[in-house]
Amino acid sequence: MADPRPATVPASGRLARLGAWIDERFPMTELWNEHVGQYYAPKNFNFWYYFGSIALFVLALQIVTGIFLTMSYKPSATEAFGSVEYIMRDVEWGWLIRYLHSTGASAFFVVVYLHMFRALLYGSHRKPRELLWIFGVLIYLALMAEAFFGYLLPWGNMSYWGAQVIVSLFGTFPLIGDALIEWIRGDYFISDITLNRFFALHVVALPLVLIFLVVAHILALHEVGSNNPDGIEIKKTKGQDGHPVDGITFHPYYTVKDLFGLSVFLVIFAGVVFFAPEMGGLFLEAPNFEPANPLLTPEHIAPVWYFTPYYAILRAIPAFAGTQIWGVLALFAAVLLLFFVPWLDKSPVKSIRYRGPIYKTALMVFAANFIMLGYCGLKPAVAPFTTLSVIGTILYFAFFLAMPWYSRIDRTKPEPARVNS
Amino acid sequence: MKALRAVVLAAAAFPAVAGAAEGGYPLQPADADVSNLASLQRGARNFVNYCLGCHSAKYMRYSQLAADLALTEDELRKNLMFTGERIYDTMDTAMPAEKARVWFGNAPPDLSLITRSRGTDYVYTFLRAFYLDPSRPTGVNNAVLPGTAMPHVLAGLQGLQRPRYEKVTGEDGATVEHLVGLEPGVPGELPAAAYDSFVRDTVAFLEYVAEPTKAKREALGVWVILFLLMFTAFTWFLYKEYWKDVK
Repeated sequence: MADPRPATVPASGRLARLGAWIDERFPMTELWNEHVGQYYAPKNFNFWYYFGSIALFVLALQIVTGIFLTMSYKPSATEAFGSVEYIMRDVEWGWLIRYLHSTGASAFFVVVYLHMFRALLYGSHRKPRELLWIFGVLIYLALMAEAFFGYLLPWGNMSYWGAQVIVSLFGTFPLIGDALIEWIRGDYFISDITLNRFFALHVVALPLVLIFLVVAHILALHEVGSNNPDGIEIKKTKGQDGHPVDGITFHPYYTVKDLFGLSVFLVIFAGVVFFAPEMGGLFLEAPNFEPANPLLTPEHIAPVWYFTPYYAILRAIPAFAGTQIWGVLALFAAVLLLFFVPWLDKSPVKSIRYRGPIYKTALMVFAANFIMLGYCGLKPAVAPFTTLSVIGTILYFAFFLAMPWYSRIDRTKPEPARVNS
Repeated sequence: MKALRAVVLAAAAFPAVAGAAEGGYPLQPADADVSNLASLQRGARNFVNYCLGCHSAKYMRYSQLAADLALTEDELRKNLMFTGERIYDTMDTAMPAEKARVWFGNAPPDLSLITRSRGTDYVYTFLRAFYLDPSRPTGVNNAVLPGTAMPHVLAGLQGLQRPRYEKVTGEDGATVEHLVGLEPGVPGELPAAAYDSFVRDTVAFLEYVAEPTKAKREALGVWVILFLLMFTAFTWFLYKEYWKDVK
């Protein structure tokens, strides 16, 4: 019986030759080894370390579902709302693609918030990872812009009024305010023109920015190496092979572990997509099932849940000296403060495991307070939410602004030389 | 900011439009069963006979309706299509929007998504909350949507209810009449319970129309989650297998 393949060159040999051919022209193996195959990560990652890879997955999901949505969506004030319903009803699997995308938007923020909280838990923003953290905050900012522009596209009534309120924030700037909002909208009100430019920003500009920033974030991570729940540098203890003793290669150890984490995430995600895509009005709001109507204000305008902590801060600051700009400045300050956390934190240790009671309390209060602010932002501006928002705003800023002081005086425990597994 | 204020003021000037669910009238649970095929079929008939004259369901296709409600093309044409549409058409109303705006003050809204924007309980209670009010051009008002432009299309079935008012003295000392409930007035063709189930069927149909893929979505979801659970078990063992040698 004749073997169709030449006996001298087995298939794997041919594949290896192809690999070598590519490697002479493009650093394929080198890139793989640097970022996956020979990237040494600490062996003691816990639950909190799943969210980075899950965020990457959600980004890919948003891009892929977004591409398919774009094939049937019409960015026009007269057709946008109907085209979304067309996707939901007449496009093959359109309903699934749309729910994956709308649920994916909320999931992105859930995952990113948990990912950021992890950094605060284990000091992942501390030296030498300041730039890694800054890229992360930039991703968060780009994500907020991406979500805001995308939210107008279904052209529902909440889309319309949400955009109206957020855009009008820029009108509080003295002198240039009115010109600025006109420039953003491209019109005297939120119109077809605004919808078109938001579409361009949502599907082209910000995805490009996001991808660039994510690549920078990962490059910075792989340059300095991953932090871990003990907050110590595994690079300090290297074995005879020159690799960290407490490190394991990303592949296969963390590829399989992250695959497990991703599957658990997908079970929950699918639960929402298939059984509660509106999430009780949190992910898809009731007024957004009515087309945009400039004459019909929704009873209560609230941004989507992931913006509500900042919305509560905005509303907590009263207008004085004849302008409402103070709330807007507080809103921007609340987000921009994140950039400075690596330098505000003066603790000699990184991880919560070796911090003292003050930072532990401060971080838990901060997390609970952030959720409370989010809840207040969803509610109408009436008692008790107005008072709670003011208290929440003070606590939010106190966490950051008092950090240089309380992180220094805190009673810390000595860090171990090697990680605990 | 100025534009925003102007729009808010403009909206406030049209209470019938802007004050939608602010009637303060308690909503009753619709208990509509969107999985009950017979109820959906009755609801479709009710909708076509009583609503479609003025309201469209412009995102709903007749062909989809026939497939989901287990109707043959013949049954569909005989029972639900009267004005010569093709079965691939959407459920448009014969009433021109421009004329409707002149007749009623504003065009009757499209009902494709009404149960998703307002909720099934809202629609159910709304259709049961018309009452006699001689001050209105239509002779009726609605406790859920005060000042509604919609006449009581179902008055022949439900009859006409009378309002029950209570005198309330406000903080400013002025006494105003406050609507506290509705009571039977002129009887209609249907007893109260039969009218309620008529409305319930109609609401169930509207709930189906708002998301025709919902049943398919939930049925598929069970399998997707079962698969993902198995996949999770598989990845768990894979993870444990690889991590055996990590000390």
